[in-house]
Amino acid sequence: MATASWIPRVKPFVFLACLIPALLLGWDAFTGGLGVNPIEDITHRTGDWALRFLLVTLAVTPLRRLAGWNGLVRFRRMVGLFAFFYAVLHFSTYLVFDHFFDLLLIIDDVAERKYVTAGFVGFVLMIPLAVTSTQGWIRRLGRRWTALHRLVYASAVAGVVHFLWLVKIDIGEPLIYAVILALLLGARLAHRYRGHGGAVRTGATGAARS
Amino acid sequence: MLIKQAPDIRSSEITPERLYYNRRQFIHAASGAALGAAGAAVLGQPAGELQAAPQEDLGELRPSQFSTDERQNSYEEITSYNNFYEFGLDKEDPKRYADDLTVKPWTVRVEGHMNRPAADYALEDILSPHTLEERIYRLRCVEAWSMVVPWVGFPLRDLIQRFEPTSRARFVRFETLYRPSEFRGQRARNLQYPYVEGLRMDEALNPLALLSVGIYGKTLLNQNGAPIRLVVPWKYGFKSIKSIVKIEFVEDQPRNTWNVAIPHEYGFYANVNPDVDHPRWSQAMERRIGNFFRQRTQRFNGYGYQVARMYDGMDLARNY
Repeated sequence: MATASWIPRVKPFVFLACLIPALLLGWDAFTGGLGVNPIEDITHRTGDWALRFLLVTLAVTPLRRLAGWNGLVRFRRMVGLFAFFYAVLHFSTYLVFDHFFDLLLIIDDVAERKYVTAGFVGFVLMIPLAVTSTQGWIRRLGRRWTALHRLVYASAVAGVVHFLWLVKIDIGEPLIYAVILALLLGARLAHRYRGHGGAVRTGATGAARS
Repeated sequence: MLIKQAPDIRSSEITPERLYYNRRQFIHAASGAALGAAGAAVLGQPAGELQAAPQEDLGELRPSQFSTDERQNSYEEITSYNNFYEFGLDKEDPKRYADDLTVKPWTVRVEGHMNRPAADYALEDILSPHTLEERIYRLRCVEAWSMVVPWVGFPLRDLIQRFEPTSRARFVRFETLYRPSEFRGQRARNLQYPYVEGLRMDEALNPLALLSVGIYGKTLLNQNGAPIRLVVPWKYGFKSIKSIVKIEFVEDQPRNTWNVAIPHEYGFYANVNPDVDHPRWSQAMERRIGNFFRQRTQRFNGYGYQVARMYDGMDLARNY
């Protein structure tokens, strides 16, 4: 494919760009830029980026359909894995700094606190997606891979709900994420109702992997 | 009958010998400081010029038996991380926008069921009869972080007694300044303003309830609720209302702002209680700002020996 020739050259730069939030975090950690409550700052920033990368991943397919940028799909896995990367940092912060591996406290927290439950569900749903993101797994699972990876919708919804439920009264920011997610999911529904649904269901075309 | 006793006296509560022998001189100095502060509040600024709270030294302060000897949070920590929704939702906003607020001149309206005349009192007149002391208190936010703050102030009860509330006054209601032109949070209507808080009369008369005018021996910065605020150390931070312009003796339980906003999450009492969780997060632990790991939260924030009996027979899970 002629259009694809630029992709390998651009990929390293996109990779580095995706790393910038983590690098800034590291920089701030060493220069005292994390503020008075550093652990809260790390938690918020890694959580924000996990959600943002998740939404960027979900934006790939609608953009591709609307604008015809087919090359975008070649970046989807990387961006999705970065979402997972930031989610792992977010969860590790909670595990190590917030509860210091206190399993009983964590179990209680996940079971009792609905915003923690939502966040935990969103994170756990990402694990099989990250594991099966390799070429080998895509081949092995075939059509079931597509079905499995629809879990990303549930994960994103859980992530946004997690954010909505944890704020005290300032729902402005989580609402922005909710609206973007609704648009991204709505675009898929619209696509389906406009008669492209058959392809999605049978997985017969490349467009199926949305 | 169960007789409740305070825990054994802590070393921090014992007056040093030097202070004891010089106590008259000391009290003198402290009251001088209070008057000095009030005087400075009048004279310290060029006439007619409105200014954000300038930093004034409150002089030598009487220590308090109620002070904790835990490590105090730094001035930097205390003045750059807190909630004051009038300035915005982020905990960095109060410091960021503190200069928007002018606190001079400042009056406090005192009214309601009392024998003294209802009136707008200049801040200096509110402060002048009182001796300032330092109270090093734990502060526990409902968001599960905490600090140790060396407040400067005087007992709320001393002020209440001055105004002689009548027997109809069962609660004290407080109001924060409402001035949308200077408070961006009020312009954004992120809560219902003016901010209102209240205490039951016995809570207000508890010796721990403090009216504060300073931190670390200096007058309050705007972000911390200048020029005068409440400090109720056994309750979650949102009860400690800032930048007070009105104190009212009322018959009915006031509807405090957070209770109005989300009634099933924020009650009137808001006593620190590790056994009663916020509906959306645990209150069992807290992060002391500056510490790496979380620590267990204490009942009544560790002030139970002084306040628990006020709630005898009350279901604290229902009266959260």
